[in-house]
Parts: sequence; C-alpha cells; structure tokens
Amino acid sequence: MAILEAKGLTVDIPTEDGTVHAVRNVSFSIKPGSLFGIAGESGSGKSVLTQAVMGLLPNADIGGEVWFEGRNLIGLPQEEMRRLRGGRIGMIFQDPLSSLHPFYTIGAQIAEVLHAHEKISPAEARARVVDMLGKVGIPSPAERFDDYPHQFSGGMRQRVMIAMALILKPALVIADEPTTALDVTVQAQIVALLDTMRREFGTTVILITHDLGLLSSVADDVMVMYAGNRLEYGGAADVFRAPAHPYTAGLLRSTPANYRPGTELAPIGGRPPSLLATPAGCVFAPRCAEALPRCSSEPPPLRRYSDGVEALCWLEEGASMVRPVAPAAVAATKSAAPEPVAEVEDVRLTYQVGSFFGPKRSLDVLKGIDLTVGRGETVGLVGESGCGKSTLARIVAGLVPATSGRVRVLGRDMGTLDARQWREMRQQVQLVFQDPFGSLNPRRRVGAIIGDPFRLHGIASGEERRQKVRHLMELVGLNPEHYNRFPAEFSGGQRQRIGIARALALNPALIICDEPVSALDVSIQAQVLNLLRELQRDLGLTYLFISHDLSVVRHVCDRIAVMQDGRIVEMEATERLFSDPQHDYTRTLLSASKTLPAFAERERRSLVETRVAS
Amino acid sequence: MIRFLAHRIGFGAGVLLVLSAFVFFLFFVAPGDPARMIAGDKATESQLAQIRKNLGVDRPIIVQYGAFMQKALTGDLGFSYRNQQPVAPIILRRIPVTLSLVLGGALLWLAIGVPIGIMSARYVGSLRDRLGQAFILVGLSFPTFVLGMMSLYLLYFLPKQSGFTLFPAGGYKALSSNPVLWAWHLALPWMTLALTMAAIYARLTRGQMLDVMGEDYIRTARAKGLSERRVVWKHGMRAALTPLVTQLGADIALMLGGVIVIEQVYGLQGVGALAVQAVANQDRPIIIGVVLLGGVFIVIANIVVDLLYVLLDPRVR
Repeated sequence: MAILEAKGLTVDIPTEDGTVHAVRNVSFSIKPGSLFGIAGESGSGKSVLTQAVMGLLPNADIGGEVWFEGRNLIGLPQEEMRRLRGGRIGMIFQDPLSSLHPFYTIGAQIAEVLHAHEKISPAEARARVVDMLGKVGIPSPAERFDDYPHQFSGGMRQRVMIAMALILKPALVIADEPTTALDVTVQAQIVALLDTMRREFGTTVILITHDLGLLSSVADDVMVMYAGNRLEYGGAADVFRAPAHPYTAGLLRSTPANYRPGTELAPIGGRPPSLLATPAGCVFAPRCAEALPRCSSEPPPLRRYSDGVEALCWLEEGASMVRPVAPAAVAATKSAAPEPVAEVEDVRLTYQVGSFFGPKRSLDVLKGIDLTVGRGETVGLVGESGCGKSTLARIVAGLVPATSGRVRVLGRDMGTLDARQWREMRQQVQLVFQDPFGSLNPRRRVGAIIGDPFRLHGIASGEERRQKVRHLMELVGLNPEHYNRFPAEFSGGQRQRIGIARALALNPALIICDEPVSALDVSIQAQVLNLLRELQRDLGLTYLFISHDLSVVRHVCDRIAVMQDGRIVEMEATERLFSDPQHDYTRTLLSASKTLPAFAERERRSLVETRVAS
Repeated sequence: MIRFLAHRIGFGAGVLLVLSAFVFFLFFVAPGDPARMIAGDKATESQLAQIRKNLGVDRPIIVQYGAFMQKALTGDLGFSYRNQQPVAPIILRRIPVTLSLVLGGALLWLAIGVPIGIMSARYVGSLRDRLGQAFILVGLSFPTFVLGMMSLYLLYFLPKQSGFTLFPAGGYKALSSNPVLWAWHLALPWMTLALTMAAIYARLTRGQMLDVMGEDYIRTARAKGLSERRVVWKHGMRAALTPLVTQLGADIALMLGGVIVIEQVYGLQGVGALAVQAVANQDRPIIIGVVLLGGVFIVIANIVVDLLYVLLDPRVR
C-alpha cells in the first residue's frame, strides 16, 4: 500500500510566452516510511511537481491523479487541502533564510503551525515548540524561541524549518533541495537529522535534489526527471549502480567525482529544451549520445527491467555508455617551482562593525594568509561560507585593500602602486564570478560586455575590437554571430562563457574564478570545467580557483588550500590532500562530501515489459 | 541608541541651518522692495529709507542673517512686515488647522488606498485588479482643485439648493470646542485630500504586495496550512509595511508644511494659506518662518521613520 501514488500527473503553467509543460505524464508510488528521491537538473519539473500537488501553484492546470490517505489531492477543495498542508504533509524548502519570515520570531512561526491546525493555548504551544526545537538539535531551545531567523546560522535555520515541518508529525514530508544552500559539513548534519526524524516519527520523506551523491547515499527509491518527464525510476541502489537511461548515465558521467582528477569530463552536450513545445519524440533525444533515428520522431516506450527499474527509452538494453571514458593518465608534470604570479604574505583584514545600538567591534576576516600561485598552475581555495575565501580573492584582485600584509602580482607590490600603475595591474588579474545571471549587465550587448576591457584600457577600437571579441567568443565556444545579443538570451552555462571570455580579453597573468560553476547544473558544469582546462592547456593560464565543492576542486586544481575562519589550515598538492589529509578540518570536509557509488560492470538485467506510449 | 539620536538631531540641525541661509539669501536677491509694499505707491524716497531702516533691511545681508539667526535660536523669528506682529505665534496659530486636515486625511487615505492595493495585488489580472487600477489612474489624474470643486458642487452646493446643508462649504471649528463640528467641517477637505493620496498608496501597496507575495516565506506560510487571509494580512502585509511607513512619514511631513490647494479651496486658514498670503504680500519673515517650519517637520519625520524602522525590522536592531 503506497502512501502517495501519482498516476499520469501533468502540470501545465500558462505564462505570457505560452503554456509551459512543466510535468508530463508522471506516475510513481511511494512506500510508507521510505525515502523517495526525485533527481533532476533545474527546469526538470521536480519542484513544480510537488508544489502543484500541494496546491501551491494556483495558476497551474493539473491533470491526472495523486492519491494520499484515500483522497485524490487533485481537485480537492481548498479548505481540505489547507488542512492537509502542514498537518498531514510538511514541507521543507531550499533556502532557509528566505523561507522564514524575517519579521517574526522562529518560535512564533513554528507555533503558528500548531494554532492553524489545533485548538491549543499559547503556553502549551510554546512548550511543544521548545520540545521540538530541542529534538532537531537547537541548543537552549527555550531561550532561542524568541530569536529572529537572522540570528541563526544557515544550518540552524534549516533545523528550524525541519522542526516546523515535523511538529504535527505529518505522514509525509517533502524536502525540496533542503541542503543545497548549506555548507558541506552542515549538509551532512541536516541529512542525518532528516533521517533520524524519519525513523523516529515514521515519516515518509520525498527528497528533491540535483545532488546525485546525496541521493545515492540516503534514498530508497529514485525518480530521475528531465524536462518534465520521468525518464528513469527504480530502486536507488539499482539505478545508481547501473543507470538504464542514457540521461542518468550522462549525469553520472558529468560528475567530476567519478573521474581521475585532471581528466576530461564527458558532459552531456547541448542544453535543456524549452518546455513550451511538445516534442514528437523523446525530450532527451537532441542531447542523447546513444540516440537512434526513431528517438526524435516517435515517443519512447516505457521499458521495465528484471530489477524493477523503469526507463522511458527506445534502447532495449538500456544505456550502454555507462562508465566514464577511461582516463588516459596524463601525469601532469609541472616544473618543480614555477615562477610565482601572485604572492600573498601575511595578509590580514579587519572590519569595523557596529550594531545599531551597541559600540563598534572589530571583526577579523583574514588572520594572516600566506599563499603563492605559480605560473600555469591552478590553486584551489576551499572552505565553507564565511571563511574568507572570496574576501581573499578580492584582495588579490586589488578590489579591497588589505589591513596589513603584502600582495605581489608579477613581483609588484599591489599596496604601493599609484593610480596609473594600478590600472596597468588591473589587466593582469581578472575575475570570473559565481552568478552568471547577476554579474552581467542585462541591458548591454554581449559584444560590448566582452569588448569592455579593450575599451577601458584603450587597447583596441572599432573593427579591430570587434574582431578580437569575435575571436574570444569562438575561443570559449560561443557563436560569434551572437555578438549583438543580450545576456538574457543565453543560458546559464553560456553566460558563464561570456564571463570567461571577458576575463580572457587582456591575456591576464592570473584569473580568479570565484565559484565559477556552483550555480550551474551538473551537465553544464562539466562543459565549463572542460573549457577552463582546455584554455589553461592552450594559453598557459594561471587560476586561483575558489569553490566549496571538493569534487570540482579536486578535478581542476594542482594544489589546494583549505581555509577555515580566515586562516589557511592546510595547503597541499591535490592528491596528497585527498589521500592523506593532515588537519582535522580537512578530514571533516572530506568525510562530509558524498561521493557516488562506483559504477558497476553493466548488470545482466533483462527487459521484462515494454509499454508503448499511447 | 542615544548616539544614534544625537547624531540624527545634529544632522537635522545642520539641514535646517543650510535651509535657513538658502531661503534668506533667496529672498534677498529676489526682486521686490518690502518698504514699497508697506508704504504704498505714494511714499517718498525718504519715507522708504526710514522704513528700510526700521525693518533693518538697509544693513548688509550677512549682518541681517546673523541678527536673524541670533534671534531665531531663541524662538524669535522677527515681525511680519505686513502687520508688525511676531512671526512665530502667527504660524503656530495656523498649525492645528493643517494638522487636523493632514492627520485625518492620512487615516482616510490609508483606509481607502491600502485595501484597494491589497485587493489588486491578490487578484492580479482579474476584474478586481482592473477596478483597482482604474481607481489609481483616476485618482492620480484628477487635479486636487478639480476634485475639490466637484465635491463642493455635489455635496455642498446641490444639497444647499434643495434646501438642506449636507456639508459646510469650508471653515474650521476647533477640535477642543466641538469635535462633531470639527469633523463635519473637515469632512470634505479630508475626502478630497484622501482620494488623491489613496491612489498613490493603492499603487504603492499593490507593488509592494506583488513583490512580497512572491517571496519564499509566503510559500512557507501557505505550506504551513494557514488560511489565505492570514497569509495575506499577517505575513504579506507585515513585510510590505516598511516602505509604506517611509512614504507616509515623508508625505505627512511635507503636508504639515502646508496643503496649499485644499486649504485655498475650502477656505481653511492653515499654514498653506498663510504661505500663499505671505508670498503675495512679500512678507519675508513669514515666508522664512513657514519654510523653516516645513523643514523642521521633515527633519522630525525622518528621525521618527528611522526609529519606526528599528521597531518594524528586527534585523536592523
């Protein structure tokens, strides 16, 4: 008996551009007490699906059936739906800061759930909330009841959200990317907490995430979605050991964790389709490495295999290109002591902060950093949010002056430059930012954005500049014909290419990449990482690479500096750091990051049933 | 907290000082001779000189400004050129009228504008939203004096013609003497003021609510199973309040310096009417006094709004 069962669920959302077919004919069933994972990249429809079921998308057209506790949730009267929400089905969202109301105390916000569903006195509600806060691991819950969300750290806020979702002991909890906005070490704690709570209360959990490593470690069953379609479905162990659908296989192949460091990743080519059109064949066909001629013209049948895994695919045997291309171990023998491009000596940074009422305090952000980046090398900076890694990058780039210490780029002290020299040095250090959406001016054309460095430094103008920009666009894999387009017309990965092209324009000695791929989906991320590596090989670039994602850092970096609380606690060649970490904090970081299970030799699974699409 | 207040008050004083100098010098370079205004066309040159000497306007401007500021600091803003009475009491007498008009009007425009804005935002794109938008458009397009004339015609003149007095044509009765008469006399001015302002506040509320209702914490509120009314009023409105309060503070402060058109239309002897008369009479001390009063209100309103921010937003504390 399933606790939640969806049959032929379809969600259409009318927009100004037309109808977005966000979810197309998706069926699944969830066993009570299990952890059901929904995996997919952005735009796959995984969040829309659950929100539509919960009645949180009032504009959506929803078709099909979703059965929960003997009732079909689709078409349920609003009042009954409201009583289910929070009462029988709890929800946890991605960003716990924006998901909690900034103006109410966390205690009041949790108590509100009780008041909405039960007749209960304020004192009694308070006692139950305090008890629940204690259960989810908030220290001294009675005192913290009256604190506001901004007074908690990210992980603690997510604990508050979990307390809110679980306080009425709902039968089902939907956790939508609950760990994505959190640091790795905190992610592990939150997942562990969810698991404990699930066992303690016997709650069924739907976990929505793009993080396949996370799913493979906790989920019982998984569903892989792409462009609104359920492409693969089955037991988590079976699916991750031997994916049946080429898309799942492709996702696993583009994950850097599955590779020997320094090798080429095998990304899924192309980009996700528009959800406005309904393709005649398989939605994944245009990007599929194993596509057959009929894939793009006929809707794929549903294949069911002997181990229960189901895939929506024309391939009878399932995906064959499962294993990553065997890494041709190119021993990257870099010259022993390359000439340093950037040297950082005992750099400190102290901010004066004053609260509204209180006196000023000083806050040490960087507490004595020493770092050298050699020519042609990639140095990784890893650490959790707030450890000072981005601040250090800004200081190296000369955007923020250090309180004390010395930064030398190409042997020149950044602190002693006059205005003209500083301008010259600006050409030598360039930045690639995290957010490809926020870091490009939406009202300027791509050609102008990439051409800016030439203009600002008076290097090239007119036709010459246009030539150079076109050349750069070609270099980073953009179509030079798109010279006159606006950033909004590009996808996230393409925008990151624009940022890289801009950074490359002046042949800088050092490129600082500040979380360059963390806003991108796995398949796109692999494309950008490959690009960065190719450019380094061809142009001899030097990178300072900042990331919170250890598998990404491991993949691209020669040396890694682990930062904690404004200090570099360990600095080591990549492989040695991973095989023999010395510092406790490095070990914590390493153990917290989930890696995927190793690919199995292709299983002898046999096709049991084929249902042709109606 | 004390430091913050001291800082803001100091800054406000600076603003007022700059404002006073600006107005003082502005009227000094402006054309027009106060002596001629007082003495009339037939006065001889020696009479004019005597008047100038009495007024003190024959001295260098720096000296005049110094003398003015010295007295101003003790609350003495000089004497009206027109009737030789002290400026400060003349202005202070006018404040209750303007204050009654503005505060009553503000309550009314909030009571009309905010619900319309919320309704528009909740049912965006629907008939109700379009009605709300139409209200906003009409309110913003009608000049205040047209609205005032229309309400006078419809609610005073027409009933009067058919033999009964629905509302008075204007005038002011003190609140302390008779609250009912006070409200009755102010009803039409309040409505006129409120209709224009309600449109502005409806538009502001609509925009704010549209933003806020798209926030993640609103989704959380719904996921908790709260009723839609609670989601909108408790979670949505609470977050949309801050910009409304800012706007309200600025608007009230600005109007306390005089609501010129409405005071004229309804014959209310408020600060605005005084300013108009003073400008017509070139009565410099009064003009300077009114401008400074407006400045004081704006400085105070800014401090009050900042303090309200602290109350409203726990993150600022």
